[in-house]
Amino acid sequence: MKKSGTFGLSQDAVERLLNFASPLILLLIWELCARFGVIDVRFFPAPSKIFTQFMVMVENGQLWKHFWASMQRLFWGFLFGGVPALMLGVAMGLSRPLRMLVEPIVSATYPVPKSAILPLVLLIFGLGESSKIVMVGIGIFFPIVINAMAGVLEIQKIYFDVSKNFGASRWQVFRTVALPGAMPLILTGVKLGIGMGLVLISIAEMVGAKSGLGFMMWNAWEILSVETMYVGLIVIAVLGIVFSQIVTEIERLIVPWKQAR
Amino acid sequence: MSDVKIRLRDLSKVFSTRSGAFTALEPMTLDIPSGCFFMIVGPSGCGKTTLLRILAGLDTPTSGTLEITKPAAGRPSNSMVFQGDSLFPWMTVFENAAYGLRMRHRPEGEIKDVVGHYLQRTGLSRFHNSYPHQLSGGMRQRVSIARAFANDPDILLMDEPFSALDEQNKILLQEELLRIWEETRKTVMFITHSVDEAVTLGDRIMIMTAHPGRAKQIVDVPFERPRRVLELRAKPEYGELVYSIWGHLRDEVQRARALDEGSAA
Repeated sequence: MKKSGTFGLSQDAVERLLNFASPLILLLIWELCARFGVIDVRFFPAPSKIFTQFMVMVENGQLWKHFWASMQRLFWGFLFGGVPALMLGVAMGLSRPLRMLVEPIVSATYPVPKSAILPLVLLIFGLGESSKIVMVGIGIFFPIVINAMAGVLEIQKIYFDVSKNFGASRWQVFRTVALPGAMPLILTGVKLGIGMGLVLISIAEMVGAKSGLGFMMWNAWEILSVETMYVGLIVIAVLGIVFSQIVTEIERLIVPWKQAR
Repeated sequence: MSDVKIRLRDLSKVFSTRSGAFTALEPMTLDIPSGCFFMIVGPSGCGKTTLLRILAGLDTPTSGTLEITKPAAGRPSNSMVFQGDSLFPWMTVFENAAYGLRMRHRPEGEIKDVVGHYLQRTGLSRFHNSYPHQLSGGMRQRVSIARAFANDPDILLMDEPFSALDEQNKILLQEELLRIWEETRKTVMFITHSVDEAVTLGDRIMIMTAHPGRAKQIVDVPFERPRRVLELRAKPEYGELVYSIWGHLRDEVQRARALDEGSAA
């Protein structure tokens, strides 16, 4: 399937390069606009200024502290929200009664803006770590549960007939048909969920935390350190890109049959 | 071919649909001897797939009884080669062919030997790590056959396994199937709409009527085994048998067509 394209690179490599190049080009334009006074640097400081601030914060350990706090919350949130969502979503796809039972609840709660339930979550779980983890968990739960269910429902019936004819147990059907068959859509759900998780961790930390990237940005607004705000924004943006790339790489590894069509 | 392997007594299937009851299969009584290569031909919509799905345990009969002689302990009763693409796209050729054995928790060493044997017999050894989408239609259907044989069932159920293939591939696969079948001489129940295929492969042919499905005629195929497909087809007796079966079938095909046109009007 390898075709050679621009500069003798494979089509694949060019596509991956472009994924990384577009944000860099945007940064370059921004820097030039700031330098030549096209934009107001009180609101839009030059990327080089932001980078200087970034280095300062790396050296004094501030950035690492906040970054690590957010990462831990994201990790536990993804785990506690994602794994049950995966199991429940696939089970809902497999079992009609379970789907009939749970789907109305999911449909009814899904449209509620996740950020709007932050006060309630803070009330229930307090200002500690758990409220942030719960927010991230809720964010990733919905896209995964919905996509996992849709993924299983999309699997052609013949594959279930095959597994039944070859004597697969319920667990074997889950493991050999439902889960791998739904995996492409599940991974799409994971990507959406990670995006939602990043949104929610920022909001949750702005309101109810004394650490984390969200708090760092909120605090920067209070002390009018615009560069710090941008450092936070960029770190979160890069996190989003890195997470998304990681999922894409996982996709390459565990869904090889969906590529190169 | 002495003892009876599959025994149907007044077996019928009625589906309830929105527009009322739909009789797919009228009560059918039938004995299939052990080791028989049993062919079912009939026009589309004659309930032959329904019959096979009931035997495979994928559907339940509405009335009547089905008795299948129990296989020796640890062996599966039947394995089905499905019509069209039934390989798991997310598994390699080897994993697909090993599916039945894996589901029965056979030891890995045995799986390797057995699956290796059938992949070699079907000419797929080189492709054991390929995914189905990397194979041609004929190769995919071979994997499907290897999967069923590797599971070592008592009975093989085949639902128009070659219908989607071109003529050359079809003849090659028929040859291959006969060759592999000669090794074990399992009981086979094979559905087709091709009279040629039925006469080429089968020991006995059941002709079914158009909707509702019913056995119209059972014909014995006298040709000795092992058979070579092209040599067999060159014989005048072959042509005569095909011609006589077509005589039984033609009325049914025309009736099926009339029914279709009637329901379309």
